[in-house]
Amino acid sequence: MINRIKLSKILNLTTIAAAVALIIVIFSYSRDAMVTQAVLNSMIRQSTPLILGALCGLMCERSGIINIGIEGQMLLSAFTGFIISATTGNLVLAVISSILTGAVLGLLLAFMSINLKLDQIIGGTVINIFALGITGYFYSQTLVAKTKLSPIPLEPLTQIPLIGPVLFNNPPITYTAILLVFVIQYMLFYTKWGLRIRAVGEHPRAADTLGVNVNKTRYISTIVGGAIAGLAGGFLTLEAVGSFERAMTNGRGFVALAVMIFGKWTPLGAWGASLLFGLASAVQTQLQFGGRLLIPHQFIGMLPYVLTIIVLAGFVGRARPPAAEGKPYEKE
Amino acid sequence: MEKPPVLEVRHVTKRFPGVLANDDVSFSLNEGEIHVILGENGAGKTTLLNIIYGLYKPDQGEIFIDGQPIEIEGPHDAIRQGIGMVHQHFMLVEPFTVAENIILGEEITKGLSLDIQRAAVEIMKISEEYGLNVDPYAVVEDLPVGVRQRVEIVKALFRKARILILDEPTAVLTPQEANELFVIMRQLTKRGESIIFITHKLKEVMEVADRITVMRRGKVVGSTTPQQATINDLANMMVGREVILSVNKAQAEPKDIILEVRNLTVLGDQKNEVVKNVSFQLRGGEILGIAGVQGNGQTELVEVITGLREAQSGELLIKGEPVPFGNPRNLIEHGMAHIPEDRQKHGLVLPYSVADNLILCTYYKQPFAKGITRNDPAILANATIQIERFDVRTPSALVPVSNLSGGNQQKVIVAREFSRPVKVLIANQPTRGLDVGSIEYIHQQIVNMRDEGAAVLVVSAELDEIMSLADRIAVMYHGEIVSIQQADEVTREELGLLMAGSKKQPVPA
Repeated sequence: MINRIKLSKILNLTTIAAAVALIIVIFSYSRDAMVTQAVLNSMIRQSTPLILGALCGLMCERSGIINIGIEGQMLLSAFTGFIISATTGNLVLAVISSILTGAVLGLLLAFMSINLKLDQIIGGTVINIFALGITGYFYSQTLVAKTKLSPIPLEPLTQIPLIGPVLFNNPPITYTAILLVFVIQYMLFYTKWGLRIRAVGEHPRAADTLGVNVNKTRYISTIVGGAIAGLAGGFLTLEAVGSFERAMTNGRGFVALAVMIFGKWTPLGAWGASLLFGLASAVQTQLQFGGRLLIPHQFIGMLPYVLTIIVLAGFVGRARPPAAEGKPYEKE
Repeated sequence: MEKPPVLEVRHVTKRFPGVLANDDVSFSLNEGEIHVILGENGAGKTTLLNIIYGLYKPDQGEIFIDGQPIEIEGPHDAIRQGIGMVHQHFMLVEPFTVAENIILGEEITKGLSLDIQRAAVEIMKISEEYGLNVDPYAVVEDLPVGVRQRVEIVKALFRKARILILDEPTAVLTPQEANELFVIMRQLTKRGESIIFITHKLKEVMEVADRITVMRRGKVVGSTTPQQATINDLANMMVGREVILSVNKAQAEPKDIILEVRNLTVLGDQKNEVVKNVSFQLRGGEILGIAGVQGNGQTELVEVITGLREAQSGELLIKGEPVPFGNPRNLIEHGMAHIPEDRQKHGLVLPYSVADNLILCTYYKQPFAKGITRNDPAILANATIQIERFDVRTPSALVPVSNLSGGNQQKVIVAREFSRPVKVLIANQPTRGLDVGSIEYIHQQIVNMRDEGAAVLVVSAELDEIMSLADRIAVMYHGEIVSIQQADEVTREELGLLMAGSKKQPVPA
């Protein structure tokens, strides 16, 4: 009961926040269309790796596996995608290799958590350190990729003022991310696979006694989650930047966790949260380059991370994680 | 020609490392009967169930359904063969709705989507047919225990179970809820369901069983019916020796007030009031029993009395002197002994040896402490004495207490708590999960403690335990003490009603 009252309160808060945001956007659009457009475009760009990372996190956690290795999964996938792109010039192959890298790291996490029954926080940390080390070691500045994924305008939707260019003129991974939000939302809450995944994350023994294979479900969820994190990595090198830099994920994997929690382990909620974080980054960049500000730019640069701390400190109200997360399932 | 039994288990043997859990067990279930499997903890009941339900594979033996031999590889096979199980700890996903819980694994779908509406219709149909009264759209975490159990039954029926296995279903119910369950069980058997009912409560057996199979140490020691056997016969078969079911105790001789609780209000973990303005007095030489369904504030009340939790308001007095909240050592020095509700979590440090667990309250004192170091010879000598005195079955004083059986773990706690001069004894669920033999022993120790002049508070969800131990009985409901009466002036039925909250009585001051 108490939970539901809180939830409805938060929902109201979200609606109010969304309404306020909308008013501000319309107002600023009327004042300066160019800048508003740029900020919103940047928001979408910044939010894409976050929502993909959050979708990875919630696929894993809904099935009961805590994944704090999203950062590492993204980083290594960004790297392999870049290597394939630079050596073959084939972007499709590059994206596939990013996805596969993420999936393999998901498999590794599942293996450590399920078969080795390793503490899942340690398992995730192993992935993070491994990815940081190996990409740093093999990284060479002489490699250059010639192309990156470019926007595909969805005519005539791009003609809609403000929304058109923001939503309907994006490169493929961004479209995929938005599509995935709805696909996973539907999958988790309206299909039997989702019911099973959530059951396994809440009460694995109950699922087991009904003939649901707990460990298989967790393996699949964690691997699919990893693949999505791989796509996020691919986004960074193949769509956003076009090249690789050391530790270029820059904490996005962890911000994605905050996004997941902020979104209360639901894809739609996480999408809203990722847009908020994306907006924070976009505004931050705009303010820094606008040059009209007296505050040192470092402070503005902190914005997304301060937001993360506030979210994780439980400022947005306690969310309830899946009950069985982090615990290996053992038959009696 | 006679119909073959619905389910038959022949010569099943299951061995675990070091234990023969099932030794040549045979058992049969006829259509439409309630067959009770009776046995102490560790008698092999649960192993047998798990074999039938496909969670374990037997080393030897066969299972027949309708006379046909079958292989059960896992729960999935068992479900397909029409076997449904209601587990002792409910297998329900709390944030899910009833419908979601019921269809999990056997989902009704429309295209890719779940078809909750059609599921709900089907659930309502089953629910009405058997009088189970279950709302498919309710969220499980909002439901009381009795309803959750019915959801479990619907879950099995939804899977077309013809054989229902109920594993200690009454452990969590009030006497009234248990009676309702028995009515439902009769209803089910009338419609052709066959039921295996696991329990160690003898009264229930006499009430519901058509046939009884008694197990002890992995073997079937006998089969009987309620008409042929008395409660005492069953107890003797179960334990393998004569047991005294009622506690031997003389009339209480209450002396001075030792413990007093005044207007105690306590907040629970969710910051809501779980104990509301509770007051009572406890005299030396008497046992006050607190009855109530679990989760009505007993746990928090005991935690405050034993110094494990702070109270919101109110007073705790020992011999008329107020004592501060949240200071267990102070209470121990005042002569308080505590048998906690969860022996593994609050009573023992499981990886520690028996010897170390025996000095957890006194390690800082002579002779166990020597300056800042331990005095191992004294600790070991103490352990040897206590193990002997309280008949703790352990290979040695140095094995981790986690290796001991539940009954022996409880004996270690009793040994530790009773070996100090005790003025007040607080025993919360002192015999939970113990077998008849250990219960008998612990009960006798508690009565002895009373006869030596200690004030004793016993909290138990088992009404039988309260009825047989207590001199006065208080009932807690929703955080309040709704009645305190002399034990010989109150009936079981009356207490049951009070526990269910349907009757409130003025509490005598």
